[in-house]
Amino acid sequence: MPAAVILCESTIPIHARAAGKAFFSLTSTPGLLLILYVATGVLLGLVVYMYIKTKQVRSMQRERSSKRSSGYITEHADEYISSLDTNQIDSYLKEKETHAGNGKPVNKFSVPVIALMLLAGMCAALPALAQEAGPKKAFPFGESGIIITLILIIIPIAGGACIMIVKLLNILRKYRRQQEAEDASDFADYLSQNGAVEEALERRKTALQYKLNNSELAGQTPAEDSKGIIKNIVSHGALPVVAQKKSGLNRPSVDPALARLVLWYIGCAAFWLLFGTTVGEYVGIKFVAPDADHVSWLSFGRLRPVHTNAVFWGWASLGMLGLGHYIVPRVSNTSLASIKKGWYTLILINAAVVLGSLCLMAGINNAGGEYREYIWPVQLLFGIGLVIALTNFLQTVARRTTKEIYISNWYIIAAVIFALVISLVAYWPSWQNGLGETIIQGYYMHQGVGMWFMLFTLGIVYYFLPQQLNKPIYSYSLGILAFWAQILFYTLIGSHHFVFSSIPWWLQTTAIVGSMGMVIPVAAGTTNFIMTFKGAWHKLSSSYTLPFFVTGIIFYFTGSLQGTAEAFRSTNLMWHFTDFTVAHSHLTMYGIISFFLWAAMYAVIPRLTGKEAPQLTIGIHFWLSLLGLMFYTIPLMYGSTMKGLMWMEGKPFIDSVVFMAPYWLWRAIGGSLMWMGHLFFAYNIYKMLSVSVAKIKTSPVEQLNQSYTAAEIKL
Amino acid sequence: MEFFNNHKKLFTAAFLLFFTLTLFVAIIPALNNEKINRSLPGAVPLSEDAVKGKAVFIANGCVACHTQQVRNVAMDKAFGSRPSIAADYAGIKRTDTWRNTATLMGTERTGPDLTNIGSRQPSVDWHLAHLYNPRIVVSASIMPAYPWLFNVIDNAPKNAVVVNIPAAFAEGTGKVVATKEAMWLVAYLQSLKQVELPDGRPMPAFLYKKEPKAAAAGRAVDEPDGAALYATNCQSCHQENGEGLKGAFPPLKGSKVVLNNDPELMVNIIMNGYTGRMQEGYGAMPPVGTNNNLDAEEIAAIMNHEKTSWGNDAKKVTPDDVKKLMALVKDQAVAKGK
Repeated sequence: MPAAVILCESTIPIHARAAGKAFFSLTSTPGLLLILYVATGVLLGLVVYMYIKTKQVRSMQRERSSKRSSGYITEHADEYISSLDTNQIDSYLKEKETHAGNGKPVNKFSVPVIALMLLAGMCAALPALAQEAGPKKAFPFGESGIIITLILIIIPIAGGACIMIVKLLNILRKYRRQQEAEDASDFADYLSQNGAVEEALERRKTALQYKLNNSELAGQTPAEDSKGIIKNIVSHGALPVVAQKKSGLNRPSVDPALARLVLWYIGCAAFWLLFGTTVGEYVGIKFVAPDADHVSWLSFGRLRPVHTNAVFWGWASLGMLGLGHYIVPRVSNTSLASIKKGWYTLILINAAVVLGSLCLMAGINNAGGEYREYIWPVQLLFGIGLVIALTNFLQTVARRTTKEIYISNWYIIAAVIFALVISLVAYWPSWQNGLGETIIQGYYMHQGVGMWFMLFTLGIVYYFLPQQLNKPIYSYSLGILAFWAQILFYTLIGSHHFVFSSIPWWLQTTAIVGSMGMVIPVAAGTTNFIMTFKGAWHKLSSSYTLPFFVTGIIFYFTGSLQGTAEAFRSTNLMWHFTDFTVAHSHLTMYGIISFFLWAAMYAVIPRLTGKEAPQLTIGIHFWLSLLGLMFYTIPLMYGSTMKGLMWMEGKPFIDSVVFMAPYWLWRAIGGSLMWMGHLFFAYNIYKMLSVSVAKIKTSPVEQLNQSYTAAEIKL
Repeated sequence: MEFFNNHKKLFTAAFLLFFTLTLFVAIIPALNNEKINRSLPGAVPLSEDAVKGKAVFIANGCVACHTQQVRNVAMDKAFGSRPSIAADYAGIKRTDTWRNTATLMGTERTGPDLTNIGSRQPSVDWHLAHLYNPRIVVSASIMPAYPWLFNVIDNAPKNAVVVNIPAAFAEGTGKVVATKEAMWLVAYLQSLKQVELPDGRPMPAFLYKKEPKAAAAGRAVDEPDGAALYATNCQSCHQENGEGLKGAFPPLKGSKVVLNNDPELMVNIIMNGYTGRMQEGYGAMPPVGTNNNLDAEEIAAIMNHEKTSWGNDAKKVTPDDVKKLMALVKDQAVAKGK
């Protein structure tokens, strides 16, 4: 342990010298480095604290063992006696009668001591690794973007350290318990040697045996749950493989017509998720095996947009709209204005994705702008679908029975309005000649993400997170602040995809400034969600939807701020055009949007069908998706940083291609894990949709009702 | 607040805020750029074939991996002699009724930038072999193969463009013949050349130039890396092992020109190109040195790499020698031109 401390201390001055003079300015790179060091210092402080704590316990132990011989127990005998319970006294007295001997407990200290040593060893190894990586000159630790990334990485590491400390405290607690056991055995020895204490014990026994008759307050009436408070009792539980989580509560039933609509949306979304990620998986494999096939319809350039568009318009958009059709009427405390319109939207968007995918594979596309690869007649179907959804939502809100418009509906309806504006701007030909096309492209591709997917999904979270936690959102005002700040800043940032290109310099700078402004809505949103969790964190371990929400919140914070980090000119130099962008878009579109959508879907489907998916497969889905995402993004981020540096050094282009091969392989592996997760998701959807069990639960009542009506008819 | 409880007012306000911002960051700048930018005087409109080739380029989604923008940062120098400017794109109009404008600037560089590919790699043979299967000419490439742009025919007609395919990549016994689409696509790639700025116009600067390494690192660092320069400028044809490709690109290993102790012809070929071995079936060599703006030090480094690799063992040249010869061959070229 001391070795670890020394190792770490020695790294700090080395870095500080390398970083430069203005050490205390928080705006400078060294200032940010300082923050990093402070974070590391805090961690180290905790480790040292734990070390001291351990030492204390050990020295206490030494002290006690020296006292044991000197009559410590005799002095405290009364205290010990009063802490005994009846059984203990009884058994002692019986033992005494039979003159049985007392066996001393075995010394078990070795186990926690070894565990402690192991932990200490790990702590020593961590800084040692950091030391090894530190002085490597090739990696640009000084770049502000990198520092931000490092800080974002440190957040989960700090979390890990906290868990470690809690575990360590547990071990210490066990250790202390063992000491108590020893004291007990000493006390036993004392008892066996001292006969006069028996009387005292007898007295104590009668005192302890006094009992209330348990009906002092209740009277003689038998217990009955007359208000129907106790529900959800599982009486035939099998041996669980994983911890049993709470099952969804039975809710007042939803209009079956609406339920059917929402389920169809979610079912279609799940299909497009499977389809889109199967394509994505195959496209990822092509980086490793470019000659996997030689079919024109399956070539990389044609399949890549099929993947992106299918998951954007098929999976995420249909998923969001499906949940929207549930939320908008619910928080308006009314019914959906028109179920029929909901079906039209669903059909139109599905048609757009089917036609669009076919067109792209056939080589018919809109000439190169990312995410607007569908030609306008296809995207028009999507647009009409959105117009119908918008009128439907607005009519629903107009006939709401609540006075205010709940914040979810702000986000959801604004998202639909903005998506229509964006699509119109992107497809209208009047301003697309020459660089106009590029300026619109930058605007479109990022507004699509921020104003459609992110805004809509936030609306979903503002409804389902409080619902799943069974408590109101922490601050309505923060939600409103985040809403306006998102519109103000997000709209500006599109052109950061074309930094250093020939679009006007001022426009690039505006985009960079806007990207920094995004800290405001992101911090506001994250704070709001985290504070909603306050006092309800314990529910996390007993719920299968909340882990999806928490993951989404973490990625909402880290993923969004990573976007800010990427926008600076210095980081753009290194990361632009590399796979870093791909990693980032997966962290956000997958880490944020998809995880939130899954959370909401696992929450809502049981309410619609009365049937839950097996908790085991939900857990497998969660972990495969999360681990897959990590395997996908982390190697890609590291590899592409190095690739960018190779380009800056003027290395031959093909060298960077060769260099990326292992990272592309990791990406394919991560992608495969994510894809397997989606298979489990599809299975879960299937299990939630198959209605057999719900039927069994309701059918006796239905039968009775039918026989009653039949009887009435006869009469 | 009353305002927020009225859905008409609330959503109109949100729409107006968003739309106003949209006007100022997207629509007005886009319209303004259309208004103030015109094509450069030297710009040549795409030929009919090149227009069709561009359609093939678009249909196959090449923009997913290939950018067409030289940014004003030093690392992009490898792809063009000057940063791209708005005027380079000003002449690009809506493709057709169905498809939007195709500036094809791209957002990802999984493959190299193509802004100046027509100058950097003008060889039709190279492009055709590369399109049939990129691994024929660049073994480490991960670009897709485009065999559907070719026909494999046993008896190729006389006027057919036959592509010389090494045995390892051949499918069947027939000859590989380029389709019209392949020839269009190559015509488009050949047309991608940076247009020179009109005289007197200052060239936009490349930013973030690499600082010269500190003296402490030793002088050797200052010299350009011949192997890396070879890989960037020469390797795709002459190959990493210097053996070229049979029937397309001559070997440098054991080449008389490379081994010649008088470097004049070698400098001449690098600066002015070469058609001397066309009758042997080799393609025309482009003026790589001129196209890629290589300076005397870089050319000397490349020449010395070629003169001392793969078993070659010829006398090295100095940058000063090369500088003089460059001036000499430039005069020759000008004289020839006149």
